[in-house]
Amino acid sequence: MDCVEQTDTNAEAPSVIDRYFTRWYRADMKGKPCEDHCILQHSNRICVVTLAETHPILQDGRTIKSINYQISNGCSRLNNKVSGKSKRGGQFLTDFAPLCRITCSDETEYTIYSCIRGRLLEVNENILETPDLLLEKPSTEGYIAVILPKFEESKSITENLLTQEEFEKRVSERPRSQRS
Amino acid sequence: MLPLKEKDKPIIQKLLSAGCCARCVLRFCCLSVHAAYRQPPQETLKELQAFVTEKESSKVQHSSTTENNKSHDAAASETLGGPPSKRAKLEPSEAAAESEENAAAAVITWRNEEESRVCVVCLGILQGLCGAEQAAKIAEAVKKGNYEFDTLVLSVSLPAQLCVREHSCWLHVKKEVREKGLALTKDDVIQVKEAFKWTMQGLVAKQLGGIAVVTKSSFEVGVEFTHPETDSDCHFLAKSCPDCFKPTKNKQSAFTRMAVVKALEKISDAKFLEHYPCPPAHPSSSCTPQDVQCLHVSVFIAGRYNKFCRSLPQTPWLIDGERRMESSVEELIAAPILSAFRADGFNFSSSGREDVDVRTLGNGRPFAMELLNPHRSRFSKVEMMQLQETINKSSDKIRVRDLQIVTREAMSHMKEGEEEKTKSYRALIWTQKPIQSEDITFIDDIKDLTLDQKTPLRVLHRRALAIRQRVIHSMNTRFVDSHHFYLGLKTQAGTYIKEFVHGDFGRTKPNMCQLLKTDTDILELDVESVDVDWPPAIPE
Ligand SMILES: [Zn+2]
Repeated sequence: MDCVEQTDTNAEAPSVIDRYFTRWYRADMKGKPCEDHCILQHSNRICVVTLAETHPILQDGRTIKSINYQISNGCSRLNNKVSGKSKRGGQFLTDFAPLCRITCSDETEYTIYSCIRGRLLEVNENILETPDLLLEKPSTEGYIAVILPKFEESKSITENLLTQEEFEKRVSERPRSQRS
Repeated sequence: MLPLKEKDKPIIQKLLSAGCCARCVLRFCCLSVHAAYRQPPQETLKELQAFVTEKESSKVQHSSTTENNKSHDAAASETLGGPPSKRAKLEPSEAAAESEENAAAAVITWRNEEESRVCVVCLGILQGLCGAEQAAKIAEAVKKGNYEFDTLVLSVSLPAQLCVREHSCWLHVKKEVREKGLALTKDDVIQVKEAFKWTMQGLVAKQLGGIAVVTKSSFEVGVEFTHPETDSDCHFLAKSCPDCFKPTKNKQSAFTRMAVVKALEKISDAKFLEHYPCPPAHPSSSCTPQDVQCLHVSVFIAGRYNKFCRSLPQTPWLIDGERRMESSVEELIAAPILSAFRADGFNFSSSGREDVDVRTLGNGRPFAMELLNPHRSRFSKVEMMQLQETINKSSDKIRVRDLQIVTREAMSHMKEGEEEKTKSYRALIWTQKPIQSEDITFIDDIKDLTLDQKTPLRVLHRRALAIRQRVIHSMNTRFVDSHHFYLGLKTQAGTYIKEFVHGDFGRTKPNMCQLLKTDTDILELDVESVDVDWPPAIPE
């Protein structure tokens, strides 16, 4: 019988992310040390782009000065609109499509990239109002964007990304000076 | 005696010479006396032949012919519905009589071969395929289906080229038919289908022990004929009327009956005669009857179900074509119902649905099912109650109540105003920070909390992205321990409870994390009630 009721309410349940998502990583984005991205892929293929815990923005008590989804003069991710079940009209992104630029109070600027091919569904406007969300909850409320890969590419898009295990190994091999 | 008139003679002669069967001749005489079609076609043929050759005697016994005509008129008025006086009563001219004589001679020489020849118009359907033997076959198929029924309706599907042949034959005798009655048109010619039914209904009824064969019934017995030899009869129409024959995805051939009828309405007589023989050419074989198809109209049933299991999807759960769970709510409910009604299949619908890991308790969730082609359709209240018991004994994962037969129309009540209805839930909540019982009591005082819910990520792949406002009417809490409490909710239908608790990446606002200022998660969820008052409750 596969119908056993959960009675041990003290047992620590896995988090929402652990239950429904797979974590994928891109380390040292575009060769820039430690600029690691984390992609959370839902079992329904939807991907949430977030900063990995190791990203420089999240280190050493830094603060954020601004977040800008206007990635060029002609293109703002804030203008992205999708309609209908088929998500018509969403911007189509490739692996290295920039999503936003984040400037820290020390004037260093970082670009966050899509990391996967797919249709942009939404960006997180909450972090524009409350940039601290990005620092406090980078993997949930501080997400950067939601992307819907093509159905037929839902498995292949993560081929170039690292698994959680591979990523942790990669981080542990970094020279001490790079590690946070 | 066939109720024929003098003016039918040229029609009969022309058609017999052309190779029409006796019943088709009656059809083109616009004769709507059912009994005429029921008599054996060999007898009809003899009568027709005698009728067209009795010229001399009809002239001698002039008075009796007039008398006959009176009775014919009475029969004909049944056909046409108009007063007999409206129809012209002209005696055939001498010239016409002479040509009549020649035609009659042709009929006689042809007579001997006739009985074995396949009719050029009906392709045998009103000959050997329309009699006791065929009726027995139909009855046998019906009996084999083991259906429960009081009446049946006979439906006939004919090859499309029959329309072409009918048209050709109509053009052949159009002039003569029109002379018979001023208002007569092609529509007054009795259809093959009608003649077939008039002949067969009684025979089939007799074979089935007196079941009424009627024009409208919930049980349909379909007879289909094909005639591959003459399928190409229709093809010339595609050139003259290409718009009528657009290739369709579902149909094997573009030459559907509908398309052919439409094309025949458009084509001019001259153009038709240019491309198609008039009268139609002789076929070498008769139509082939296809398997008899029995179909009972759907039966609809409704009820409410409980789901007691957290690993049971509502409908079969397939990923990449593979089954994820061994069963489902709808399959557990449907299996005993399908076998009781002996239905071929079903369509299941319900007032909303729960996730695989959610239980539905209380009075349960309204559902309805369409049962396709049920072989049994009448169940008493007691029998429905017994069926419900069978379902409930078959599995402890689900339970059904209020099981009843409903009408198709009543099913819409279930979906009506679904959004306005309320639903009650009970959830087990986990909090990251430790809590004390007084930390959560404020939740009990929150009334009509409006949420802004973005389409949850978990369903966003198949639903449109939108922000929907949903109301939580009230909540209550029961403290369990320092990290857990039970949350009761009464909400507007369509509220996503899981997302309200964990926040869905901040995409549902406000959420329980914000209210309690700590991460919260949902460990268990039960639907306690679905407040839709359909179907009516049935006292147990
Ligand atoms: Zn015929």
